Amino acid sequence: MQDEPTPGELIKAVADFLRNEIAPVIKGHNAFKLRVGINALDLVTRQLALQPASDAAETARLRQLLGADGSLVELNLALSERIAKGEVDLQTPELSNHLWQTTMDKLAVDQPNYASYKREFENKNG
Amino acid sequence: MNEMIEAELGRCVASWVPGATGVGGAEKLSGGASQETWSFDILHPDGNIGAILRRAPPGYGASPSRAAGLDAEATLMQLAHAAGLPSPEVMGVLQPQDQLGIGFVMRRIAGETIARKILRDAQFAGARPLLARRLGEVAAGIHGLDAAKLPELRTMSATKEIADLEREYRGFNWPRPVFELALRWLRERDPGQSDEVTLVHGDFRHGNLIIGPDGLRAVLDWELAHLGDPMEDLGWICVNSWRFGEIDKPVGGFGSREELFAGYEAAGRKVDPDRVMFWEVMGTLRWGVMCCGMMQRFRAGPDHSMERAMIGRRSSETEIDLLRLLAPRA
Repeated sequence: MQDEPTPGELIKAVADFLRNEIAPVIKGHNAFKLRVGINALDLVTRQLALQPASDAAETARLRQLLGADGSLVELNLALSERIAKGEVDLQTPELSNHLWQTTMDKLAVDQPNYASYKREFENKNG
Repeated sequence: MNEMIEAELGRCVASWVPGATGVGGAEKLSGGASQETWSFDILHPDGNIGAILRRAPPGYGASPSRAAGLDAEATLMQLAHAAGLPSPEVMGVLQPQDQLGIGFVMRRIAGETIARKILRDAQFAGARPLLARRLGEVAAGIHGLDAAKLPELRTMSATKEIADLEREYRGFNWPRPVFELALRWLRERDPGQSDEVTLVHGDFRHGNLIIGPDGLRAVLDWELAHLGDPMEDLGWICVNSWRFGEIDKPVGGFGSREELFAGYEAAGRKVDPDRVMFWEVMGTLRWGVMCCGMMQRFRAGPDHSMERAMIGRRSSETEIDLLRLLAPRA
């Protein structure tokens, strides 16, 4: 067992330092690059926090949908193959729900400020 | 580097603009190894002229397979300019004896290409409501350019485009069920080659449009020009990725499809809205595949940049947009 603080806490501390102390004093192209870097650290922080639960839920949905077991990549490969062959499509009731949930979970990590995500999130939760 | 290019351009400048005495203020705007864009001033007793050089430096002649090639780009810009479309005047095409590589020199046009500024800055507030209709008119003008005068270009069809995207996606070897769904949707609705095959700009969107407070000033970057379904350009400008947050204004974040179509039809051409939607789905998938490609190049190097890596994480944006198009939630 590794000691605390967790990777997420460490990265967040570094990102906050760069955002609050360094970004205000950097100019030009490096300021742009620094912003990209801070965004990357924020993304990693979100992924460390959210991925365990979203991966578990996605795996459970895929097992149900496919009636098969395997790693998450294997299950996604199997689903991809079935969609490509037309064996499942949007007529399959659980498919749309699964793809929406999976995609919302990806956006929650990748780009929670993306306007399409915010709209869909509000429609579902607001 | 800047002095060097100024000296090289200075040797040739009089052949582009009679009476020109030299070149100053050279600045590299962008460039990978194979293609560069330079801004510079042509010094002239009657007043200096802002200019842009777009070139493949000596030794980098070959273009990537999808690219029209710089000679073709120059010809297309000349045709567009001659037809009265907003396109920079081409002042000179590089000749072998210039020893500057392959490319051309065009007049520099002042204005903004950065979408977020165009969509938010007050100085463009008057231009924004007019842009969608204007882009429709200009697209119609591009599609109406005389086919007999066009340079040699690749011919694309929906069928070929689907196959290209599928091949590229499969090459990534990373499962994406939403992309599979989109590919399947496109294959099932593939209209084949369009009845009318015209010049297609191929990258008609923010970044390639110079906008001023007075509206559209120029369409740039004909690198992806080809022959194909004219509805492709109208679909591509509607892709959500180019709305920069203004998701209820499908045309570049500044206007409606109806305005775009009205401008297009006012210029004497027909719109097929179903086909435009088909190409919007294709375009959304295409941008998603391009984001995945950035991630691949990041991994393979030599461009091991954070920007490339983070663009890889934007492919999920196209997944939610594809779902909004193909499987909208009640």
